[in-house]
Amino acid sequence: MANFFLDNKDIQFQLQHPLMRKIVELKERGFAEKDKYETAPKNFEDAMDSYLRVMEIAGEVAADVIAPNAEGVDHEGPRVVDDHVVYASGTRQNLDAITAAGLGGITLPRKYNGLNFPLVCFVMANEMVARADAGFENLWGLQDCAETLNEFGSEELKMKYLPGVAEGETWAMTLTEPDAGSDLGAVMLKAHWDEAKGTWLLNGVKRFITNGDGDVSLVLARTEEGTKDARGLSMLVYDRKSMAVKVRRIENKFGIKGSPTCELVFTNAPAELVGDRKMGLIKYVMALMNAARLGIGAQSLGLCEAAYHEGLKYARERAQFGKAIINFPAVYEMLNNAKARIAAARALLYETTRFVEIYKQYEHISHERELSAEERAEMKFYSRLADAFTPMQKLFLSEYANSIAYDMLQIHGGSGYMKDYPIERIVRDARITNIYEGTSQLQVVAAINHVTKGTYLSQIEAYEAETLPASLEPIRKKLAAMKAEFVKMVTKVEGIEAEHKGEGFKDFHARRLVETAGHIIMTWVLAKEAAVLPEDYTLQLDTFVLIAEAEVAKAAAAIEASKWEDIALYKTILKEAE
Amino acid sequence: MKKEFKIVVLAKQVPDTRNVGKDAMTPEGTVNRAALPAIFNPEDLNALEAALRIKDKYPGSTVTVLSMGPHRAAEVIRDAMFRGADGGVLLTDRKFAGADTLATSYALSCAARKLAPDMIIAGRQAIDGDTAQVGSQVAEKLGWPQVTYAEEILDLDEKGMTIKRRLENGIEVVQSPLPLVVTVNGSAADCRPQNARRIMKYKYALIPTEAAAEPASLAAEMTAKHDYLRIAEWGADAVDPDPSQLGLEGSPTKVKKIENVVFQLKESKCLQCTDDEINTLIVELLETHTLG
Repeated sequence: MANFFLDNKDIQFQLQHPLMRKIVELKERGFAEKDKYETAPKNFEDAMDSYLRVMEIAGEVAADVIAPNAEGVDHEGPRVVDDHVVYASGTRQNLDAITAAGLGGITLPRKYNGLNFPLVCFVMANEMVARADAGFENLWGLQDCAETLNEFGSEELKMKYLPGVAEGETWAMTLTEPDAGSDLGAVMLKAHWDEAKGTWLLNGVKRFITNGDGDVSLVLARTEEGTKDARGLSMLVYDRKSMAVKVRRIENKFGIKGSPTCELVFTNAPAELVGDRKMGLIKYVMALMNAARLGIGAQSLGLCEAAYHEGLKYARERAQFGKAIINFPAVYEMLNNAKARIAAARALLYETTRFVEIYKQYEHISHERELSAEERAEMKFYSRLADAFTPMQKLFLSEYANSIAYDMLQIHGGSGYMKDYPIERIVRDARITNIYEGTSQLQVVAAINHVTKGTYLSQIEAYEAETLPASLEPIRKKLAAMKAEFVKMVTKVEGIEAEHKGEGFKDFHARRLVETAGHIIMTWVLAKEAAVLPEDYTLQLDTFVLIAEAEVAKAAAAIEASKWEDIALYKTILKEAE
Repeated sequence: MKKEFKIVVLAKQVPDTRNVGKDAMTPEGTVNRAALPAIFNPEDLNALEAALRIKDKYPGSTVTVLSMGPHRAAEVIRDAMFRGADGGVLLTDRKFAGADTLATSYALSCAARKLAPDMIIAGRQAIDGDTAQVGSQVAEKLGWPQVTYAEEILDLDEKGMTIKRRLENGIEVVQSPLPLVVTVNGSAADCRPQNARRIMKYKYALIPTEAAAEPASLAAEMTAKHDYLRIAEWGADAVDPDPSQLGLEGSPTKVKKIENVVFQLKESKCLQCTDDEINTLIVELLETHTLG
């Protein structure tokens, strides 16, 4: 009986964070439902006890059911039968098992049959499911769309659609079209109000839709005839029971093959409006995307963990030159770096999750009652941090999933290139994480403002204000040096940007700046963990700080040497003939 | 046609003998329970799943877990409740102590008689004793038909049950009237996982002894408030037994000696890797029924 929760002390530790007390208090509204529902917690300890038990089941289902099915699902894949998706047999088993375990609707309110658990638990379940099979996590994790409906939908819509999540209904986030990918403002799928039928009807084509034939779909569509940009788009919810959307084909993908990526044809498909017209992209998709980016962070981390275990196992078993290959510096360095980066990545993922959670809970509460001035200030504070940390964690974790999977395959040598070991699937599955829900390049675009507006810097200063044990003083010194570098880099880039407006100097160095902030922040969050549990985190911290210092030095050197004329040098490629 | 069934599942808390270390046995040759984690006997989980499938199909049916053991065995009843059982009875009393399979079966049959179910479903055998005797003996004591090695319950109505049995040389489909005892193989469907909502509802379920041990706990407070959180705890007197058939006194089994069995190579044969030699070997193995 394997268990991806019990075998991972680091995941368990994330549930013990001091902010959990505040999170649970907010989520449970001071335990207001304790006498209303048999399943509601009576106090903080009671709630934590339930989270632990339920995460243990998630770990068991992931390890015992989903992981063993991963290879078969990757091989079999979904197919289209009579215009609809039929999942691989293993996918069906996974869905049945996870639903039987009651893991649907983790964060939804009890009123809609949810568990009313904090987002931390949902992210955690996603991480463990992704470690078992990232492709399955891709479609199961889409239930976070339900959270968006919970946030913006009418009570009637919520009563209609949310309880199904607990029964295992799957969701889709139906945004992309052939000519509207990263630029969603160009979406053309038409929605018109049919007075006779008293409903919105959808007509058009969507492409690259994960789980496009799911039970419930949130669809971005153009409700305002004649418009061409984001302001004409609204969000609608489509119920698969109408059977008015055909799956034209399923993409033949490189990885996450168990997750059906659909091309959809809408023909007078009835749909209901979510929230206000014209707010589809501007407000609701942004919320959806932010939630999804956290989901991809969890998926990426699950992949890192899976890859690391495969690499470690192979390095111990495989002998060359008379000893297990783990004994060679080239191999143990890769493993050690992977382990340290996973610890830092996990610290960043859950730090982000806590920020998102607190701000979201205040937002929900603000619909129930007026917030106090203090609460409003806190909501604003955490909302800003969530905005800054969400793209940063997506950037780092998805890139880590790729580089760790790459290194762990490298440890396998030629065998890793064969289908005989799971690592080749992990490499393929990881490759999408830094592309979808916004490429790494777009995460940088979202994050760079927080470099220039100082969100990261002020959070680094907040970490500096916390006390660390004396044993971590050397780390604090290193962090101070890295921060000084960061400030210097930002000053130089902003200086040249101001002198040469519109030349794109800041954009050119944006990734270096964001990553530098990220390396410092990850070292900090890991140091805070090492302060609580030195025996578990000191080694990873000592390794990670070396990685961070090297990366920061590299970025600093690049910016130090860079002149604004370099932009012209790099732009010569634009004139290159094909 | 009857739509509701009353089902009793026999479950045992056992030491996890699947990963044993060197301290798994005491010098006296009995299982060192302290060194091994206590788990739900695996085939009893298959039995529970069979029962829960009947409950799924015939809503209103009830699944009651019956276990005999020390107080901590209440844990298996809670576990079963997390997976879908309605409740349970823990048979616990010093008078039951030292029971072999015969005395255990007798005590369980007395309790089962009191519960008066339509059927009893049990695992084929427990991984500590590996006797596969208890389920069958309970049937004998009750005078009910028994179906062993069950893999799947194919059909059920008020008159009887159709069961697929997994035997060494194939499968057999049998019918039996109710009430009956079914013992289920490990090859039957795996038990469903614990369910998050049921965990939150039932995690404070206690036997009275547990509640009395920590009267100020939230669990004890909750148990006092809600019927569904009370797991029944029956002593010997509750099942009205013949005292001479209980515990050590009712157990004719005496362990005389424990021997370690070491498989030894008695004769060996060296084969060349040719088609002829391999053919000869296959024919020989078929004749001795080692293969096929």
